[in-house]
Amino acid sequence: MNINETFRVSLEALLANKVRSSLTMLGVIIGVTAVILLVSVGEGARLYIETELTGLGTNLLIVTPGKVDTRGGFRPHSVGTVRKLSYDDALFLKRRSQYLKEAVPVILGTANLKYKNLSRDITVIGLTPEYLYLRILKIESGSFVTQADIDTKKKVIVLGRTAKKELFGNENALGKLVTVGESRYRVVGIMARKGVSLGFDFDDVVFIPVTSAQELFDTDKLFEIITSVKNPENLDKGIAEIKEIMIKRHSNKEDFTITSQSDILSTMQTILTIMTGVLAGIAGISLVVGGIGIMNIMLVSVRERTREIGIRKAVGAKHKDILIQFLIESITLSVVGGIIGIIIGGGSSVVIPYFLPFYLPTQVTLWSVLLAFFFSAAVGIFFGIYPARKASLLDPIESLRYE
Amino acid sequence: MIVLKDIKKSYQMGDQSIEALRGASLVIKEGEFMSIMGPSGSGKSTLMNIIGCLDRPTSGSYKFDNKEVSQLSDDELATIRNEKIGFIFQSFNLLPRFTAIKNVELPLIYSKLPSVEWHKRALEAMKAVGLENRLNHKPSELSGGQQQRVAIARALINNPSIILADEPTGNLDSKSGEQIMRILQGFNEDKGVTIILVTHEPNIAQFSKRIIHVKDGAVIKDEKVLNNKK
Repeated sequence: MNINETFRVSLEALLANKVRSSLTMLGVIIGVTAVILLVSVGEGARLYIETELTGLGTNLLIVTPGKVDTRGGFRPHSVGTVRKLSYDDALFLKRRSQYLKEAVPVILGTANLKYKNLSRDITVIGLTPEYLYLRILKIESGSFVTQADIDTKKKVIVLGRTAKKELFGNENALGKLVTVGESRYRVVGIMARKGVSLGFDFDDVVFIPVTSAQELFDTDKLFEIITSVKNPENLDKGIAEIKEIMIKRHSNKEDFTITSQSDILSTMQTILTIMTGVLAGIAGISLVVGGIGIMNIMLVSVRERTREIGIRKAVGAKHKDILIQFLIESITLSVVGGIIGIIIGGGSSVVIPYFLPFYLPTQVTLWSVLLAFFFSAAVGIFFGIYPARKASLLDPIESLRYE
Repeated sequence: MIVLKDIKKSYQMGDQSIEALRGASLVIKEGEFMSIMGPSGSGKSTLMNIIGCLDRPTSGSYKFDNKEVSQLSDDELATIRNEKIGFIFQSFNLLPRFTAIKNVELPLIYSKLPSVEWHKRALEAMKAVGLENRLNHKPSELSGGQQQRVAIARALINNPSIILADEPTGNLDSKSGEQIMRILQGFNEDKGVTIILVTHEPNIAQFSKRIIHVKDGAVIKDEKVLNNKK
């Protein structure tokens, strides 16, 4: 049988029952829309995390004091044996290592920031100049902390956007003196906007030289050492090297933890990929239900058109002619439903976030579109084959007699 | 040429076996116009279904143009129906959603003829039954007689060697019925198409040249019509 003709006949049969065909398609439309929508939400979340994490710098290895065993399980608290990380540790790491590019000592604390009669508590980060590009931050005006500032323990401060705005408003802050804790610091730079990354507001902080921070908080204990590797491929070698150097330096004790940015990233990726998969799976169930709807309506259609099948057989239609005719009908229902679902799902993934009161990142992906399309086609074939086969096996004589 | 030899056909109805044909033998030559008559339940429909390759005999031999067809597969029978046999039914059996000409084209869809030829062929067939001005009417917009003429056009379109007409006038008034019979008669005489007619109306059977009577699953009488209606 001519395939164009088969298509035309199948299409006409579907158009002859517009309401029924649309309702049957609706099952598939809802299923595919759900798949596309949920996958795009999952994928959006994954991309969001990825962007946020890479926005905090890549190739980073962060050394924090204390050993955290990520393998879990019970173990007694290490009591008082945690040795702090020091500024010298950071210098030593950078000097000894061949894979690391930078090792930035970081002191984190909260202090009262005061200018004229305005004051507020703020997060203070003590650091070295390299922090700027490791965390991918930008200066808007003035300059950042310099190596000379570190060496001379100079009391200079760089303000984040929020800090600047709250203390100075529109006034020029550069060169002004502010009080941090007990001491007076000169404002040398204003940061460009960075925004909130994974819950940490990089605009609501101030930066000072790490050596000045040691004095301010009266401590030589670092919050962390941020290191970066020269070549992203050497991340693992970098970890091994840090371990080796630090264990030796800390009298053969591994009393620190190395976290790789890419570790966090890949863990998050894994979790979110699984989540996306689960969501797609749940949505896929509704697609299967849509397929059952198709099968149901095709069975009705075969019964209704028994006489037509009989006539076609009498004039020479073979098994496969009838089979293909009905199969095309069910595939058309599922594929057209699939395409409409892709359009609705893709469209609403783009549009819905604009109407939500909270931030919902979405990302329509090619793989979810292709998956939904081929899955819906497969549903059409799978659920269409039984009714079509039933039609093709009808006895011509009985079909002709069917009222 | 059709040669049926000792055709038997039995059906299973529950645990009962019904013998619809009990050894029917029959020879139909090319160009014949033959009627099959018999009371209901006599097996004439079964006989026609077997001649029309819609059904297979339980036993016996059926030679269609010297080819044994009694045990062919469904698809092989479908090909024979498509190429060699045209059907006309009592209830017309047109597809209600299709226009007249599309109904006539139907057998061509399943033939080897390229689709560009379909319309031309169907048009010729519609002309042959005098319905060239009703091409795009749906069956519901046609009278019974016109519907049956569309069915005749459909039966003729593949230039079959035989036409099987099962009570073709059963649903028609006598005037339309006569018109249909004259059309069939015309094709038989002008083109030499073999026509096998199943009817229980003696005056309709009078249009044919030969009448066989079937009873209890066997041919009981085979007679020539000497002065058939013209």
